[in-house]
Amino acid sequence: MKTEQNLPISERRKFFLTIARSTGLAILGGLTWSAYVSEVKATSLILRPPGALAEDDFLATCIKCGMCVEACPFDTLKLARPGDNKPLGTPFFIPREIPCYMCTDIPCVPVCPTKALDIKSVQNEEKKLDISKAQMGVAVIDDSSCIAFWGIQCDACYRACPLLGNAITIDYSKNERTGKHAFLKPVVHTDVCTGCGLCEKACVTQKAAIFVLPRDIALGKVGDHYVQGWNKKDEKRVENATSNTTKTKISKDSAVDSLNNDSDMEDLLK
Amino acid sequence: MIKKYRFLIARRITQISIMVLYVIANVYGINILMGNLSSSLLLKTIPLSDPYAVLQMFFAGAVISFDILLGALFITIFYMIIGGRAFCSWVCPVNMITDLANYLRRKFGFNLIQKKQPASRNIRYWVIVISFVISFFMGLAAFELVSPISMVHRGIIFGLGFGWATMLVIFLFDLFVLKNGWCGHICPLGGFYSLVGRFSLIRVHHNAPNCTACMKCKEVCPESQVLHMVTKTSMPVLSGECTNCGRCIEVCDDNALNFSIKNLKKENENEVR
Repeated sequence: MKTEQNLPISERRKFFLTIARSTGLAILGGLTWSAYVSEVKATSLILRPPGALAEDDFLATCIKCGMCVEACPFDTLKLARPGDNKPLGTPFFIPREIPCYMCTDIPCVPVCPTKALDIKSVQNEEKKLDISKAQMGVAVIDDSSCIAFWGIQCDACYRACPLLGNAITIDYSKNERTGKHAFLKPVVHTDVCTGCGLCEKACVTQKAAIFVLPRDIALGKVGDHYVQGWNKKDEKRVENATSNTTKTKISKDSAVDSLNNDSDMEDLLK
Repeated sequence: MIKKYRFLIARRITQISIMVLYVIANVYGINILMGNLSSSLLLKTIPLSDPYAVLQMFFAGAVISFDILLGALFITIFYMIIGGRAFCSWVCPVNMITDLANYLRRKFGFNLIQKKQPASRNIRYWVIVISFVISFFMGLAAFELVSPISMVHRGIIFGLGFGWATMLVIFLFDLFVLKNGWCGHICPLGGFYSLVGRFSLIRVHHNAPNCTACMKCKEVCPESQVLHMVTKTSMPVLSGECTNCGRCIEVCDDNALNFSIKNLKKENENEVR
């Protein structure tokens, strides 16, 4: 009597079983691996060095060599280590600890061997380096914890801003509570702000009331449907506008027909 | 005595001095070798890049810059023509961790209680394929994001974080789970250099008449399957999986193994005939 162990397995069967086993293991490993990768990729609250490509392209292009980190004279940039909960080995900075001091020669960008830090994005029209073109993030103010919004005089962020008077301006208004003082409220201009974080570093509150967020998180997007009609430049956006008509149960007839049609009205009343 | 460890000492010196060069570039700004093993700049002019990482970036759809391409080419040509898989035993810092695990395995006799190796050494080639597939679909260099090798060298140069845990995992895995588990079975970078270094010139040669079949070389070799010719035929170790670490040459008491250059050796043999 043959037990299972004694049964000879044909070469053919062995071949197919081996193939099946390898494929199964490869799928197991591949799925686990890609699940991890997609989890890590989802970390979006991260500030990149100046000139960084859009986050998806940046993650694909950065080779994680740390040359930008070595070039930074202020030790602003760090490479994500295990435990930082950020895509491993990619450069980032935390403004409240060390902000970007916006060096005029931008040492961190030209050293990048992969062009994940794109020098063209920090050059002006004359092909000269211009750090004020950088878009690392954008400063956001929490007006409930900003003491200037309480009426206490503070312009720390305004004074710290390297684009003083352009990226942050002070809005003066009357303090009705006292009747004789002024509010000196800081206002961030998102088209100018580079996200260097010097304001966040300078903020006097326990946890900064002004802080830098990645631009695609902090900023909205109008779309092509609302245009500043008084602004010639902005009107050009209409050219890209697309129309999109939605059909619902009610809108299948024209408005007049819909109101005059008894059955449709009954539908509405139900 | 030192002759018994001459290659081991030379390897540790190269491994450590490469790391020291990177560290002094980062900490003191002495820029002989900037960057890390993923990509670096030698003497502020010559780019050097990890060709496996660049391949993954290519599959991820990144635009490959000229510097990176050139750097990857330099490294590929060096290992393809000269070094073989020497990266693994002469440069990679993980080698020091796995060598230690392997040494303890031999000393404590773990190899005696676990003789069968349950995993195939071809896993690494599958890992390469999977890494390319994931890079393609996820749009980023998949292995670079999980690579313990990068965690270790980046950790040494830029700060470790929880990287020590990775080191410990590899150490314990190699010590208790699988002999030569990481470097000899799983690591796709090792697999990549096995493929690249297949036809390189520097080879270990076996001289069968001198061999007394003591098998010390096979015991110490991290890729012992490449020494299949030992005691049988005089020939070079042709498998790309040989890391050119030279441990077999050191432990051989009978001068049956030696480094030499592949084609030069062949020519000499022809002249003798």
